[in-house]
Amino acid sequence: MSLYEWLLFLHVLAAFLLVAGLAAYGALVLGAGGAAARRALAPPAMALWGAGGIGVLVLGVWLALQVDEYALWDPWIIAAIVLWLVALAAGGRLSSELREDRPGSTRLLLAVMALATFALLVDMVFKPGA
Amino acid sequence: MLAIIRPDGWNGPLLVHVGGAMALVGALVVVLALGVLPAYVLMRAGAEWIASEEAVGDEAWVGIGYGVSEAGLLLILVATGLAWRTSRRAAGSPGRAVAVIAGVLLVAYLVAIWAMTAKPA
Repeated sequence: MSLYEWLLFLHVLAAFLLVAGLAAYGALVLGAGGAAARRALAPPAMALWGAGGIGVLVLGVWLALQVDEYALWDPWIIAAIVLWLVALAAGGRLSSELREDRPGSTRLLLAVMALATFALLVDMVFKPGA
Repeated sequence: MLAIIRPDGWNGPLLVHVGGAMALVGALVVVLALGVLPAYVLMRAGAEWIASEEAVGDEAWVGIGYGVSEAGLLLILVATGLAWRTSRRAAGSPGRAVAVIAGVLLVAYLVAIWAMTAKPA
């Protein structure tokens, strides 16, 4: 396997981890499991979301540098970085709200994470401006 | 008979154990029926769509994708059936089988992600 194939595989794998983290957060926020479910689900949700988030960014930037046709200032890559920041900021705030057990705007934050993640996927597939 | 001869001190842990297993399997049934099967249909419909657009041949990576998809559907259906059966009977071993199948599916999907991205000849 070439370096490009490895990077693409690991980048996509990181995206799957990110979505797995989002699903775990969804079960946490929308499920009726209570405090016990929160204690059980919160650590894997944070780990999957965090590892996936860091993985997609680092491997995505590496891929952009590796492939001659891509540049970091391409509109779709800048859009992806902005969406990544939005998703990860919402995820960080949701995580702290869950950790401190203060049910504030958890559903809104989850919706922001889901929409930003979906928009990231659309951006990665269609690559507008590429 | 077992319930009659079981020491009283075992009842609490047994209740937690069986209750936990029922909650585990119940959650799994819901996740499988409401999450996994609809997601499978979406994934497979998308696969057929992109395959027809790209007019892919019988390359190895396409075969791996279809193989994992079809074997995976069989495992998903078996896991759903086992989870449903276990949720009604509170039995232990089918629940363990569901967990093993979920593990096998995760490994198979990892291989499929690799095949879809690396596209081995």
